[in-house]
Amino acid sequence: MGDLAFSGLAIMTIVSAFWVVVSTNLVRSAVALLFTLFGLAGFYIFLFADFIAAAQVIIYVGGILVLIIFGVMVTNKIDDPEVGSSSRNQLFASFGAVFILSILLTVIMRTEWKIGNITQADETIRKIGSHLMNDFVLPFELVSVLLLAALIGAAYLSRKDS
Amino acid sequence: MDNLSTYLIISAILFSLGIYGVMTRRNAVAILMGIELILNSANLNFVAFNRFSGMEKLEGQVFSIFVIVLAAAEAAIALAIIINLYKNLNTVDVDEADSLKG
Amino acid sequence: MPISIFTLFLILPLASFIFQLSIGKRIGRNSHWVSLSFIFVTLCIALGNLFSEISHHSDEHASNLVFNWIDLGTFKIEHGFQLDSLSAIMLVVVSLVSFLVHLYSTEYMKGDPRYTRYFGFLGLFTFSMNGIVLADNLIMMYVFWELVGLSSYLLIGFWFEKDSAANASKKAFLTNRVGDIGMFLGIMTIYFFTASLGSATLSFDGITALFQSSFSSFTPADITIVTIAGVLIFCGAIGKSAQFPLNIWLPDAMEGPTPVSALIHAATMVAAGVYMTVRIFPFLTPQALEVVAVVGAVTAFGAAIIAITQKDIKKVLAYSTVSQLGYMVMALGVGAYQAGFFHLTTHAMFKACLFLCSGSVIHAMHHALHHLNDHKTDPQDMSNMGGMRNKMPITYASMLIATLAIAGVPLFSGFLSKDMILAGTLAYYHAHHGWTIILPIAGFGAAVITAFYMFRLIYLTFHGEPARKDVYDQIHESPLPMAFPLMLLAGLSLAFSFTFNLNPMDSHGWFTHLISEGINVVGLNMSQVIDGIHHAHHDAMIISLTVAGIGIGLAAIFYLYKLVNVEKLAGVLNFFGLYNLSYNKFYIDEIYDAILYRPFMWFCNLFSWIDWDLYDQKFIDFWGWFTLKISDGAGYSDYNWLDQKLVDGFGKITNKFGQGLKVTQSGIIQNYLLGGVIGFVTIFIIFKAF
Repeated sequence: MGDLAFSGLAIMTIVSAFWVVVSTNLVRSAVALLFTLFGLAGFYIFLFADFIAAAQVIIYVGGILVLIIFGVMVTNKIDDPEVGSSSRNQLFASFGAVFILSILLTVIMRTEWKIGNITQADETIRKIGSHLMNDFVLPFELVSVLLLAALIGAAYLSRKDS
Repeated sequence: MDNLSTYLIISAILFSLGIYGVMTRRNAVAILMGIELILNSANLNFVAFNRFSGMEKLEGQVFSIFVIVLAAAEAAIALAIIINLYKNLNTVDVDEADSLKG
Repeated sequence: MPISIFTLFLILPLASFIFQLSIGKRIGRNSHWVSLSFIFVTLCIALGNLFSEISHHSDEHASNLVFNWIDLGTFKIEHGFQLDSLSAIMLVVVSLVSFLVHLYSTEYMKGDPRYTRYFGFLGLFTFSMNGIVLADNLIMMYVFWELVGLSSYLLIGFWFEKDSAANASKKAFLTNRVGDIGMFLGIMTIYFFTASLGSATLSFDGITALFQSSFSSFTPADITIVTIAGVLIFCGAIGKSAQFPLNIWLPDAMEGPTPVSALIHAATMVAAGVYMTVRIFPFLTPQALEVVAVVGAVTAFGAAIIAITQKDIKKVLAYSTVSQLGYMVMALGVGAYQAGFFHLTTHAMFKACLFLCSGSVIHAMHHALHHLNDHKTDPQDMSNMGGMRNKMPITYASMLIATLAIAGVPLFSGFLSKDMILAGTLAYYHAHHGWTIILPIAGFGAAVITAFYMFRLIYLTFHGEPARKDVYDQIHESPLPMAFPLMLLAGLSLAFSFTFNLNPMDSHGWFTHLISEGINVVGLNMSQVIDGIHHAHHDAMIISLTVAGIGIGLAAIFYLYKLVNVEKLAGVLNFFGLYNLSYNKFYIDEIYDAILYRPFMWFCNLFSWIDWDLYDQKFIDFWGWFTLKISDGAGYSDYNWLDQKLVDGFGKITNKFGQGLKVTQSGIIQNYLLGGVIGFVTIFIIFKAF
């Protein structure tokens, strides 16, 4: 059952990701990306990362993807619903991508992965919170400053020319 | 099925697809989607390594949170740039943004 | 004698020179006080030195100051100063005449635009002349000798705006060069000869001592060398003292200011040749002295003849100077060493006096003519003068005294010295007989003529009726700065000044006490010569008194009483060409022109033609043409092949590659990204493969 669900999840994720990069319609790509992101959230649950899965759904699906769709909408003329997205260099790019994939796969297959003591973690939210406030407090603050900078930068970039 | 290699393979496939998308798409928003794919594949790696190296500590998950945060910031900035590009060139086709052409 | 005395004689006039040339011009006319005071101090030192020399006279050479000039191991030249009786007297002569001329010039040169420069040159001259006098060796004397020549050149050409003055200065300089070349050759000969004797030296005392010790071992060849060396060095004296055949420059040198003529071309510089001959007298062989005597005799007689017919008052005095210098040289030639130097000293006084008197006359004439606005009349021409004794009594009296002195009248200095010289020539004839009769004949003949032309000058200038009444009315006696030197020099032309002895016939006095009879270390028996002069003295005195009387009498007949028509006599003499011969100075200048100048110019033109027309125009220009052709070819190949093909080819190739590679710079980021991926892949494959 678990395996079946996992396989279905994997196929959905990979196929929708593939759809994202090859679809000639941008809106369809965005919809396909939605499935990919959901699929990934599913993987996180398999991996006992419940908080990450929730964050994935909330931030990616609820935030970034909406943002992207907004981007699609504002950058295309309103009377032209057919939002095209052509590609190029498909041959060379696919060679390159396949080659990188083969390298990665080779590495993954050949490496003797050290597998630790697999336990089922509970209270992941408490642990992540204590990590953020103890071990990673400096990166945490830096990221918050980065977010502020991104906020100001994005506002600056997209404001009207005076 | 539920072992490390599987996750890594899925992650590698997503990564390659992301690379492919970045390299081939003409639309800037589509390129942004490819980048999201790459970031997500990295996230999947983090979380998978965290899971299979034991879960006494959750650094991998913390890092994936950071990545998500960065992805959000990156998406915001990228979209701002894309809108600017659209304002200047009236298109988001990156072929048009060829000022570097020799 | 401390060093300071030697250096003061040189430094004071040199300081005057430097002062006048550097800051004198800013001070202007009053700057002459500096020169006057410097030269006056020099004169005072010289006088003090002379008096101490008289009172403590001893035969040993007084003092030397020697220092190394060039020291190259075996080759060594020492410079040095020497202060003995000769130089003591000479220093007084130089600085006295120099001082008086300075004083005189303050008036004579008044208003000249280059007033300060004039005084500077006088200082330079005094410096150089003192250097000659003090030098104790030939090479140092030679150095100052040339410096004297330079200052002479500068002063003759002082009014260089006049072509005649500029040419005269060049002529003087070049003529002196001829003599100086001989002198330098002589110096080198002496140097190498003394070196071959084992101790190279150029100092007068050193050479004398060396020859004295080694004369007994001289071979005939050695004596010939010494003779030649002596004659060569004497060539310098021929040039500087205007002896025949280099006498041509001195009359022309009268183009300079008259005080300069008095100082340089009468009293001191021209006497430098005689002084130098006096210095080298000890090692002049009898054969060399023979040459000296003949040159002197020819000069004394020939110049006197020329002086008869000259109209220019300064030209008369110039030839008179040449003639008197001939006397001195002749005196040395016959061995009358003391007489020669004595005549140098007395001549310096009375000839300076004569020149300054003539300057006074010319000055007066010049002012009178200037006043009348007459710029055509020559103020130096005696035929425009006459009767001036009433207007210029001081000048007249001074000039008369000096003229009596040069004519050889007793009571005056010239009598004493000339008498000694004539005695010397007589003694020489008595000793040698034969052709040497020409020496006394030349001497006495010149004495007659000297008396004649000098009184001719006096009569024409100061007696008779004025030739130009209008000019005569404007004549005034010269002011005190000009009159004082005349009176002082006239006083020094009296015999008493040189003897302190009231007997006018007796030449024995402080001068003869101070100056020895001379020595000769290369074969001349001086005691024999001195005895001969002593014996001939009586005859010489009688003859010279007679000839002086004849000369003065003739002049009086011709010019004072005008008993003979001079024009007619000149016409008669000219029938034989004699008058013109004299008037044109024996055509020496013309002869030089014909035998030296013209062939020289012909050669110059020939070589100019060869150089320019053949060598330059044909040969050199051919190379120019040839180079031009090669350049054309090289330029063509450089531009058309190298530049256009090779260099531009590289440029084009680069351009082509650039155009090709430009395609890769599409400006599309994704292409770059793709390139990056392909690069990564390639590198990976390469690393994997190897």
